[in-house]
Amino acid sequence: MHQLYTAVFEPGFFSSEPVRVALGVGAMVAIVSALVGVFTVIRGQSFGGHALTDVATAGGSGALLVGMSPLSGFVLGGVLGAGAMEMIGVRRARGRDLATGIVLGAATGVAALFLYLDTTSGATTGATQQILFGSIFVIDGSTVHYVEGFGSLALVLLGFIYRPLLLSSINTDIARARGISVRLVGTLYMLVLALSVGLSSLAIGTILSTALLIGPAAAALRLTKRMGWTLAVAASIGVGATWIGVLLAYDSYYWGSSGNGWPVSFFIVGLVFLAYLASGLPVVRAVTGRRMPSDLNVPVVER
Amino acid sequence: MFTGFMINAWTIATIVAVVAGVVGFFVVLRGSAFPAHAIPNGAFAGAAGANLVGLNTLLGLAVFSVLAALGIGSLGRRGRHDVVTALALVMMLALGALFLSRSTQYEPEIFSLLFGEVLGVSSTEILPVALLGLVCIGSIAALYRPLMLSSVVPEIAEAKGVRGHRMESCFLLVIALATAMTVPVVGALLIFSLMIGPPAAARSVTDRPLVAIALSVALALSTVWIAIASSYITNWPVGFFVSAFSAFCYVMGRALGALRRSRFALRTQIATVAG
Repeated sequence: MHQLYTAVFEPGFFSSEPVRVALGVGAMVAIVSALVGVFTVIRGQSFGGHALTDVATAGGSGALLVGMSPLSGFVLGGVLGAGAMEMIGVRRARGRDLATGIVLGAATGVAALFLYLDTTSGATTGATQQILFGSIFVIDGSTVHYVEGFGSLALVLLGFIYRPLLLSSINTDIARARGISVRLVGTLYMLVLALSVGLSSLAIGTILSTALLIGPAAAALRLTKRMGWTLAVAASIGVGATWIGVLLAYDSYYWGSSGNGWPVSFFIVGLVFLAYLASGLPVVRAVTGRRMPSDLNVPVVER
Repeated sequence: MFTGFMINAWTIATIVAVVAGVVGFFVVLRGSAFPAHAIPNGAFAGAAGANLVGLNTLLGLAVFSVLAALGIGSLGRRGRHDVVTALALVMMLALGALFLSRSTQYEPEIFSLLFGEVLGVSSTEILPVALLGLVCIGSIAALYRPLMLSSVVPEIAEAKGVRGHRMESCFLLVIALATAMTVPVVGALLIFSLMIGPPAAARSVTDRPLVAIALSVALALSTVWIAIASSYITNWPVGFFVSAFSAFCYVMGRALGALRRSRFALRTQIATVAG
């Protein structure tokens, strides 16, 4: 029993300070991302959510350039990007995808420039890798408070707009008929999305943060029928993937003789991807009693 | 600026711009901006993987972008398209990150694969890229009519026996090929802006497809040429200029399109008042 235990948890897993911080921050980030992600998937805004991460890349690398912490850059960049996309905000889905793409393209260009300047100025080595792929193991203690702050803010905002957001995500016309300002709710939601993208960028890197946003939510929507359950399942999948990912990354230091571990972001994304694939398996569907993958049943949002 | 290794850069960038202009027109027409963004990132993983095991980079690029295209095509049939695209995208990126972390040259390698290194192209790369480019343009030409039909009026295309899903898969494959050849030049993240900026601008200016394709190629060419020249002078990454000029093209295109529409509206107004 003890052998099995040490095989799963390599020595020092629980006593290591970086691991404890990683588990705490990871759980917070995973919960916020998963809950926000459910709405992102229902609203069909996966591309928008992903584009925000690229805008956050530009923000994060810019923040490094002027010597600020990347987190503030991620959040600031995300909020600005959300504003830009909301402003262009073309009504038809096809036009919206294009507008999103243009913002995304421009943002990556700026990110390329900032990262280039970061690396050549020599002040921050490893900037590209740190910003893009992140490492949950190198978060320092002071950042934890910001993560908690921004995370709680996102959750409170989400709770505040929960009902009108849900209604306007599922049926815009009914929401409008009930006197909900769809535009305002949409804008507030983009703000929440920007906050959550900023947080997950910190944990698994800007490029990969889409995984925590979309993956658990999409899997949960396939597995459950009731909104409450969907949110709970999404959050559990997110936290599960993050924690197991951290564990595997920690263990991977002991796998080869080389002594360098595998990137934690790889494990987290891989697990999220597996969870999504598993949620579509016939066996799983038989157990949960859903005949079709439910993401096909989600009412298409009027655009 | 026009000697030695710069000749290679100009040649290869010209090929890339022509292909991106043609393929990009259909990307914009079909609204496949998201897959067009996702597939190049698959190519990124391929390049990193090939680098790790010591294979030819172009081979790795081709294999992984085709895999990404097929994956998105087949998974997208059952699940929601945008969700599957997003997940395939991050999975490929994560694999790329893993491959790169296993190899020794981590930092510069990521940067050049994601953001491009047109100035470091060698003359041996030109022939394969030119061949792949020809294949892309050739397949677009061969598919032109059914592709156009299924992009603009999917229902009629279906009635005429054009299978929508098969067309989508074919088109994703063309994007994959175009991507494989372009990633080493402008990078995974920025080929995307070249594929949607100029074509979107062209489309908002004209409604005639062939004119739009020609215009989009012309815009893509000038974008790339100006970008290389600026990058040579300032020493800043070429990707930055590519995306900046692409976005500029789009904004100008939108403005011109709006102007054209308002003038048209004015003319009809005058006609009704006069008539």
